[in-house]
Amino acid sequence: MTVLDQSRAEPALSGSSSLLLRLHSWIVTVDHKKLGIMYITTGLIFFLVGGIEASAMRAQLAVPENDFVGPEVFNRLFTMHGTTMVFLVGMPVLLGFGNYLVPLMIGARDMAFPRLNAFGYWLFLFGGLLLYYSYLGSTGLYGMGSAPDVGWFAYAPLTAKTFSKGNSTDYWILGIMVSGFGSITTGLNLVVTICCLRCKGMTMMRMPLMVWMMLVDGVLVIIAIPVLTGAQVMLLFDRYMGSHFFDTEGGGSALLWQHLFWFFGHPEVYILVLPAFGFVSEIIPVFSRKVIFGYPLMVAATVGIGFISLGVWAHHMFVVGLPPWLNAFFAASTFLIAVPTGIKIFNWIGTMMGGKLIFKTPMLFATAFVGLFVFGGLTGIMLACVPFDWQLSDSYFVVAHFHYVLFGGTIFAIFAAVYYWYPKAIGRMLSEKLGKWHFWLMMIGFNMTFLPMHFSGILGMPRRIYMYDADRGLDLWNMLSSIGVIFQGLAVLFFVWNLVRSYSKGEPAGNDPWDAWTLEWSTSSPPPDYNYNPLPQIRSRRPLWDQKHPDDPDSNYE
Amino acid sequence: MRGVGVIALIMAITGLAWLPQPVAHGSIQEAVQSDAAGESETIYPVCRPDTPWNTSIFEPQSPPAHTIQGLAWLVLGITAGIFVIVEGLLVYSIIRYRRSKTDDGSDAVQVYGSNPVELAWTIVPVIIVFTLALVTIRIIREVELEEPPEGAMEVVVVGHQWWWEFRYPELDIITANEMHVPVDRPIWLKLESADVIHSFWMPRLAGKTDVIPNHVNHTWFQAEAPGLYTGQCAEYCGNQHANMLLRVYAHPQEDFEAWVVQQQEPPPAEDSVAAGRRVFQQYACMNCHAIEGTSVGTFGPDLTHLMSRDTIGAGVAENGRESLLAWVNDPQQVKPGCNMPSLKLTRQELHDVVDYLLTLK
Repeated sequence: MTVLDQSRAEPALSGSSSLLLRLHSWIVTVDHKKLGIMYITTGLIFFLVGGIEASAMRAQLAVPENDFVGPEVFNRLFTMHGTTMVFLVGMPVLLGFGNYLVPLMIGARDMAFPRLNAFGYWLFLFGGLLLYYSYLGSTGLYGMGSAPDVGWFAYAPLTAKTFSKGNSTDYWILGIMVSGFGSITTGLNLVVTICCLRCKGMTMMRMPLMVWMMLVDGVLVIIAIPVLTGAQVMLLFDRYMGSHFFDTEGGGSALLWQHLFWFFGHPEVYILVLPAFGFVSEIIPVFSRKVIFGYPLMVAATVGIGFISLGVWAHHMFVVGLPPWLNAFFAASTFLIAVPTGIKIFNWIGTMMGGKLIFKTPMLFATAFVGLFVFGGLTGIMLACVPFDWQLSDSYFVVAHFHYVLFGGTIFAIFAAVYYWYPKAIGRMLSEKLGKWHFWLMMIGFNMTFLPMHFSGILGMPRRIYMYDADRGLDLWNMLSSIGVIFQGLAVLFFVWNLVRSYSKGEPAGNDPWDAWTLEWSTSSPPPDYNYNPLPQIRSRRPLWDQKHPDDPDSNYE
Repeated sequence: MRGVGVIALIMAITGLAWLPQPVAHGSIQEAVQSDAAGESETIYPVCRPDTPWNTSIFEPQSPPAHTIQGLAWLVLGITAGIFVIVEGLLVYSIIRYRRSKTDDGSDAVQVYGSNPVELAWTIVPVIIVFTLALVTIRIIREVELEEPPEGAMEVVVVGHQWWWEFRYPELDIITANEMHVPVDRPIWLKLESADVIHSFWMPRLAGKTDVIPNHVNHTWFQAEAPGLYTGQCAEYCGNQHANMLLRVYAHPQEDFEAWVVQQQEPPPAEDSVAAGRRVFQQYACMNCHAIEGTSVGTFGPDLTHLMSRDTIGAGVAENGRESLLAWVNDPQQVKPGCNMPSLKLTRQELHDVVDYLLTLK
């Protein structure tokens, strides 16, 4: 294991005091670590934007028959919120972590295609900016538009020229298409890197679980996103070249769009949650001071989720009138995916049992992730019961469900990962005190916002309505949801302040602040440009455990 | 740290202040008309209907909704059991295995896995989901019918941006937004859309089914008690998706027959409102709205028996003189974004045409 002198890690350029030169070094960089940080930072900025959109929606819905924003503005808010959170927050932040961590974890010097990597980041950034430029640019000659208002899944034929005049839908198509190309290059890069650049001794079955999840994630990205891109090209053809793929007025099929979209959209959900599983699978063992329970089964479950996730897309379409046998098939495949997911949950709890749990902030978020994800998974089982879904689909119950898995799940895991790896990337610890404020406020705010949504859904409140009548029994639940947002906003302020303050004032981290076991903790914090010199050589899944316990190395048990 | 506290406090206060004030229910929205002649502005108040809403999926009044409720309780029971076990284990581990203050800092005993245990928590979930899948499939077959049930009455539902058209092919009746049905008789709905995708959802009667252009769907219900059932469009369909409300009135058989007779009669042709009828025919009204004996437009709701309905604008306002004045004067004030434009009628024309509409019983 080689630990490097950090002074050698700084090349002349980035060490320069000139702001312009430092900026230049970030813009031209092809270093996976810098790109990873850029992905995560940009994603977190978009997270703030998407959060503000959500807050505005909750302000509108806080009381019945409100007129804080009108229907047009509200419809744009939920479209932009969903699109932002999925494409400009979830994917870039998670793939950014993949970018940063995978080469370090497998003992490589960079990604397989560093320039393609930089290309992917810039595509993502400009795709996101293009989407947001719609607020200014899409008004056009028609006097219609501003931002897109077709919902994040943009169901045909609402997106046809007849119903969506102006250019707002075009901005949605092109912005997502451009950033989608960026995601495809990153997915490809991850898969090739993991297959080809592992250090000596790192067989597939010795890779950290996080790397396994990123591998499956990359494969899913490569399979799923091109389907969306293709559908978007078809939609552009419909809008500008007179084709009739989805144009129901010309004999096209509205359901074709749904099939194509969800063939992308469901794997996308797993693209957003597998890396989160990866973070948690790294964090829980370290803070339980215990090896992950059942590594081989965890790998099998990950690969299983990857395969099954490609065959469940029509469970988003139980209400479109599919024939009974098709509904039955997709119900069964959806139930099936609960099995590998359950295995993961049990293995995490199995890891914690008998451990010595240390509740530093990363562990707090990781534990909360498990608890909240279980809840979201169980409401998912309810939604998989097709006839029950006929009642719950498109109601606030569904909104609650997917926020439990994607916010309580993915975003909580991202918070855990930020607290866990920030010391590695920046060289300083985040404040534990601020971190605990962040965690508890977020935990209260999150549950106060999303738990009541289950009830508003059961009471018959459909999603995406900009107002509702009083005396429908919805007032209390909506008011609670809106108050929860204030707690979440405070939590995010603590988070941002912690990130900013600790950058200069945090405790120095040292190479291995958590006494962890994977390879990235063997190099300096932050790691030098070339990560390792010489490249490491490993004999087990936990090379640093072997180093710390030469008398009882892991390799004896694998 | 203090700085953060202050910022947090300010944020909390501004956040609370930022929450909008509630608008009282059934409040007066103001629609303003300024006359071409420059007369003083007239205000037409609009009242949102004060309907007792109940759309809880756990208060079913129809066989499909009952069946679904049964499934729901089963699934809720099973998932609650899983929830208690899994979260219980999690909480137990958090409490029981927290590192003690007096710990020597050594690592825990390393347990790499256990085949029997892992096999158990693979097989048990498989059994549970297999059971759930079988139950689900049985209930799909029970609720999702491919042929109309015995003795059913067919109603064609056509979704429009942002209102509902109901056609009774056997009775030759066309109406809008308010469906009337007899109790205890299966209603077989044929769902069609005139523009984009909508979704027909009456939570107490049946689950939702999408209303898709170029793709005919079916669903059914059978109201078990007379009364008003409420619901609304459940698939985002554009600007006024929130105000695409649904009403189903279930009547005892004889009351339903009376309604049918009333709907089948042509509206009275009263001479006293000839001026209003002329306005209706002179301006664009007749291009979109049908009134038996007067016009045949199909883009907007059929107005032949307008005054037999409780609401206008798919449930945004109570039906009545005041609301009609406001609506015809400028629909955009009452339901912003709807497809009916303001026709800029003079005050005289407005009052004439509303007087005419008021005769359409």
